[in-house]
Amino acid sequence: MTNDVMQKLTYREAVREAIREAMKKDDRVFLMGEDVGRYGGCFAVSKGLLEDFGPTRIRDTPLSESGFVGAGIGAALGGMRPIVEVMTVNFSLLAADQIINNAAAYLHMSGGLFNVPIVIRMATGGGRQLAAQHSRSLEGWYAHIPGIKVLSPATVEDARGMLWTALEDPDPVLIFENAGLYNMEGMLPPDIGPVDIDKARIRREGKDISIISYSASLFKSLDAAEILAKEGIEAEVIDLRTLRPLDETTFLDSVARTHRALIVDEGWRSGSISAEISSRIMESAFYELDAPVERLCSAEVPLPYARHLEEAALPQVNKIAALVKKMVGTHG
Amino acid sequence: MPRTPIALSERIEYLAILNEKGQLDAELEPDISGEMLLRLYRAMLVGRRFDERLLDLQRQGRIGTFPPIKGQEAAQLGAVAHLRPGDWMVPSFRETAAELWRGRTLESVIICNNGFSEGAVISPDHNDLPVSVPVGSQILHAVGLGWAARYRKKDDIVMTFFGDGATSEGDFHEGMNFGAVFQVPVVFVCQNNQWAISTPVARQTRSATIAQKAIAYGIPGIQVDGNDILAVWAAAKEATDRARAGGGPTLIECLTYRVMMHTTADDPKRYRTEAEVETWRGRDPLTRFQKYLLDKGVLSGHDQLELDTEVLQEIQRAVDNAEKQMQIMGNPLDMFNHVYAELPPYLAGQREELARELATGKEVPS
Ligand SMILES: Cc1ncc(C[n+]2csc(CCOP(=O)(O)OP(=O)(O)O)c2C)c(N)n1
Ligand SMILES: [Mg+2]
Repeated sequence: MTNDVMQKLTYREAVREAIREAMKKDDRVFLMGEDVGRYGGCFAVSKGLLEDFGPTRIRDTPLSESGFVGAGIGAALGGMRPIVEVMTVNFSLLAADQIINNAAAYLHMSGGLFNVPIVIRMATGGGRQLAAQHSRSLEGWYAHIPGIKVLSPATVEDARGMLWTALEDPDPVLIFENAGLYNMEGMLPPDIGPVDIDKARIRREGKDISIISYSASLFKSLDAAEILAKEGIEAEVIDLRTLRPLDETTFLDSVARTHRALIVDEGWRSGSISAEISSRIMESAFYELDAPVERLCSAEVPLPYARHLEEAALPQVNKIAALVKKMVGTHG
Repeated sequence: MPRTPIALSERIEYLAILNEKGQLDAELEPDISGEMLLRLYRAMLVGRRFDERLLDLQRQGRIGTFPPIKGQEAAQLGAVAHLRPGDWMVPSFRETAAELWRGRTLESVIICNNGFSEGAVISPDHNDLPVSVPVGSQILHAVGLGWAARYRKKDDIVMTFFGDGATSEGDFHEGMNFGAVFQVPVVFVCQNNQWAISTPVARQTRSATIAQKAIAYGIPGIQVDGNDILAVWAAAKEATDRARAGGGPTLIECLTYRVMMHTTADDPKRYRTEAEVETWRGRDPLTRFQKYLLDKGVLSGHDQLELDTEVLQEIQRAVDNAEKQMQIMGNPLDMFNHVYAELPPYLAGQREELARELATGKEVPS
């Protein structure tokens, strides 16, 4: 693929193109949620789709998260391939019963009779001064639930490619789009197809430490790696991409090479996906380690609203760099 | 056996007293003292001018996003004015005028809209809850408060506000049902401002009115012209009297309009016509009430001008005060203060860690 046929897309446009492509390819696919039609979605992801596909396939729903997620499950059981947009992970909690007790358990409860091929997309993350109840990062928490898959695309390519793979998946798939990434730009070939959703990726190679991250924290980790490189520290940066099922092979192999691991996660640390990763390193790569595994997570407080307070609560590039320097200075 | 109609005890009425031009239906005119009329007028004026000033401040980058209330002043104040200090007012996020009525300061609103939790204060002699972000969730809190008041044999009542969109949430239905079954002293006030962000009320419900949903739960419901403060007042008086007398909850649907954007992050031109907005501007609650007061002789042209200046000055003082107060707010370490009643050791550790980082922050590469 040469550069002149590459297309510049924002993360937002990539998701939109993925939806558009899915709608064109498969007439069972439709999008539904609050303000997805005329408004174009609360993060403008579906802007323009109503004009292209009409109100039957781009459906504005009543303000009722449990209602439209539940109806989406029904539609999926009825042979459709719904893409359900929940405004943000914060409000997915009103649909938690539908997601956790219903979608995730349906196959089990029906003795294997019914899969629920629903895709539920939602924005996640803090850092945009939207205060506690609009800023949660609960994707790691959903990753606790068997029966669903939890995707966390960080790159424009994954934003575009993961949706299609998710739609082909017979099981319920949750896609978490960090709202801070929507304006990020990337180059993609126009005919890019689906991507795998079960492997982590090494986004930067390095020999001194493995920084394990995903979503918006990935870019903070990469920025930190850039700074560290100038000081002679080569950090390997891993993008988990999918939080359930977790691809541990990629990070365990990396730790076996670098002998140090730092997990960077916008979620809270207690009972978290970062705890899970740390645990797996203990279980399977303990003897590879030259230093204790460290975690950089958000302060365990409801995220503050004022900018400097919020920045202080979230993982930041300088904190990552400082922590890596401390860890690399430690000898086992 | 023939099919027989079932007699439902409730019927749904629409109430309007002061029409769009400020003309009165004298037979329905509620008996409100001159003093109260003026208090209400002043509160509407403060609500309106403060909203306009907040919009300016937001556009100047001096506060964050906020939800304007313009056009909904009557629908809030006509209802909340019936509460006593010990009663509970349980707002959504668009009841600034009602909150100010209940003693919240202008300063605190500005401080909150700047992201400082120091702004989240309830007037000490009032029993209110703070704003609620997850749509509809506060309705259940109101019901619980009402139930607790009855259980503790207190005569406090509760008034909760929510939008038309909120009536599609399960919490609304569960709250109405619970409130009705236990006959709690709650007044449910729906601010039907026709829109939930870009979703019109016709997409929320197939019912001709929201008020009629009361029938399903076995409680009285009424629809009022929410831009007519006299109608809101009269309906809310009935409802609050009923609640105090042990008669259980009432649903009041105030037909009003969100004249401005959903929040300052929104551009409503994307989904509604200017003509529709113009029609509703013609039904403005403030000018209508003003005319009534002038006709009635409660307000003179001179008072009106004086009041205009006084209110603008009050708002200016609040902006100055708030901006001064905010200069010393926002120590990042304070974010740990309100997670638990007492700071647990692991959080104390995180707090110390942050303190160290902040102290050494400048030496770290960034
Ligand atoms: C549970 C939940 N879902 C979605 C949102 C996002 N949201 C905020 S306000 C709003 C519309 C509310 O409409 P309505 O109840 O009519 O109140 P209004 O904004 O008109 O005052 C939505 C969808 C939210 N805050 N909470
Ligand atoms: Mg509304």
